[in-house]
Amino acid sequence: MSNALYGPVPNVAEQAGYQDPPPRMGFFTDTSVCIGCKACEVACKEWNLVPDDGGPLTGMSYDNTGALGANTWRHVAFIEQQVPARQAVDLGMPGIGAPGAQTAAEPGQDADIRWLMASDVCKHCTHAACLDVCPTGALFRTEFGTVVVQEDICNGCGYCVVACPYGVIDQRKDDGRVFKCTLCYDRIGDGLEPACAKACPTDSIQYGELDVLRARADARLAELRADGEAGARLYGNDPDDGVGGTGAFFLLLDEPEVYGLPPDPVVTTRNLPQIWQRTAMAAGALVVLGVASFLGRRS
Amino acid sequence: MKETRLVPDADFDSYYGRPILKGPVWKQPDVSLYFFLGGLAGASAVLAEGAALTGRPELQRVSRVLAAAGITAGIGALIHDLGRPARFLHMLRVLKPTSPMSVGSWVMAPFSGLATAALVSDVTGVLPRLGRTAGIGAAVLGPALSTYTAALIADTAIPTWHEGYRELPFVFAGGATAAAGGLAMVATPASERGPARRLGVMGGVVELAATERMRRRLGPLDEPYRQGRPGVLLRAARALTAGGVAAAVLSPRLPVLARPAGAALATGSLLTRFGLLLAGRPAAEDPRHVVVPQRARLTEPVGTLSG
Repeated sequence: MSNALYGPVPNVAEQAGYQDPPPRMGFFTDTSVCIGCKACEVACKEWNLVPDDGGPLTGMSYDNTGALGANTWRHVAFIEQQVPARQAVDLGMPGIGAPGAQTAAEPGQDADIRWLMASDVCKHCTHAACLDVCPTGALFRTEFGTVVVQEDICNGCGYCVVACPYGVIDQRKDDGRVFKCTLCYDRIGDGLEPACAKACPTDSIQYGELDVLRARADARLAELRADGEAGARLYGNDPDDGVGGTGAFFLLLDEPEVYGLPPDPVVTTRNLPQIWQRTAMAAGALVVLGVASFLGRRS
Repeated sequence: MKETRLVPDADFDSYYGRPILKGPVWKQPDVSLYFFLGGLAGASAVLAEGAALTGRPELQRVSRVLAAAGITAGIGALIHDLGRPARFLHMLRVLKPTSPMSVGSWVMAPFSGLATAALVSDVTGVLPRLGRTAGIGAAVLGPALSTYTAALIADTAIPTWHEGYRELPFVFAGGATAAAGGLAMVATPASERGPARRLGVMGGVVELAATERMRRRLGPLDEPYRQGRPGVLLRAARALTAGGVAAAVLSPRLPVLARPAGAALATGSLLTRFGLLLAGRPAAEDPRHVVVPQRARLTEPVGTLSG
């Protein structure tokens, strides 16, 4: 197994042991067309029977969901930013005074507000730390290359929670087990698209074969760049990144951290060989201390 | 330690300052206690076998009790921590080298049986050869049991834990031997106390040195270890361990110091585990610890921080 812990993996399902698996499936979330309607959050809850976790209003924005968690498998982030004012387009509307006299912006109006909305979800990493550290085998790689928890196996050890570099998976306190997005494993096996993608009214959430989605995302990025959207970038589409690329990737209009995403996540198990090496050295040191304590004068 | 704030507070973006990572959901004191007890048990099994080989029956008995009782209580704490305690045996469904918790479970399960068998044989005198063989088995597994928990917290996304991966195993190995030696000092008569004292002193020194080295290397990521309750615990742990080492060194001339010294070493080790583990939540929930090093890595590819 080459690049078992880190680096690009051409066929993640095959590496997991599937023979002749179907194409890797994923999400491309194009946040440039997200309208923040949260239909994805609702559809996900409905289809997957995810319990209510509605708390008080956050008071920070129109986002009252807060973050991904055991009971939130899609989370729509809402960001209000001040940006430099754009040159207004003259629509030729009737106004007061001579034509063209009032086109300049009023003083103090050199800043605009823009809203960024983005539907976040489990990334279904190529190198999934949650799956690597799971001691029971409850987390597994599906034939579609996605990462799913088997709820009849999970014993609630909580290791995956601290291993995820995106803070996605979490424990349901009253239940004890961990939960996260399954990429609607029950739907995609029947050829249906996941509930969130199905419900998305603007096709911000697109489901499909990862290779197709990546090509589509490249084209969309080029289009946005050509339109002058300089902040547009893809996030998670690069197989050479710290998690080997993600099965669910994004087109963002600002830095990832603005959306609550880590700018350069690296799967913790990349360092696992060194971690085990240091641990073996320390265990050896313990033996040396034990032997040394019996040397010398008898007392 | 000198305060070096390398990065100004406001110089990073986040989503309304909300956490990026999830903090540990592990119950407290269960998991910190298990980390301490497992370490203690592993090192005690080594001490017990040394005592058996060199003919120190009192020290052997004490260490075997510490090993068996430590792991039994530790497993109890661990099972209580699980979200689904009834599914504890699912830990042994698979053996995964990529999961330190899985590897640790496979070390812990036979260790608990062997350490208990060795103790029962020692106390009852039944099947002495088999008992000694079990004791040797426990001593072989002991060092792994004492240190795998360091690999466990290093193999996480929490930067303060992960970036300490070089030194954490030595912090835990030192702490385990300090605890085993310290508690054996408390419970062993003076005539057989020597190896326990030496083990406690060396363990304490290793624990102090490795902790210091790790925290220096962590730089700004050390903040969760300085602040709040973890900071208080780690400062108290350092004082106790240092005091315990000094008192243990003096104890051959001042025997009255031996028991307090041992207790201080063990308590220092206990508080170190609590401090390190309790720092996990604040470390995870501060987005600065995630964004700033990752951003630095992106703008300057040859960074000092890895992982």
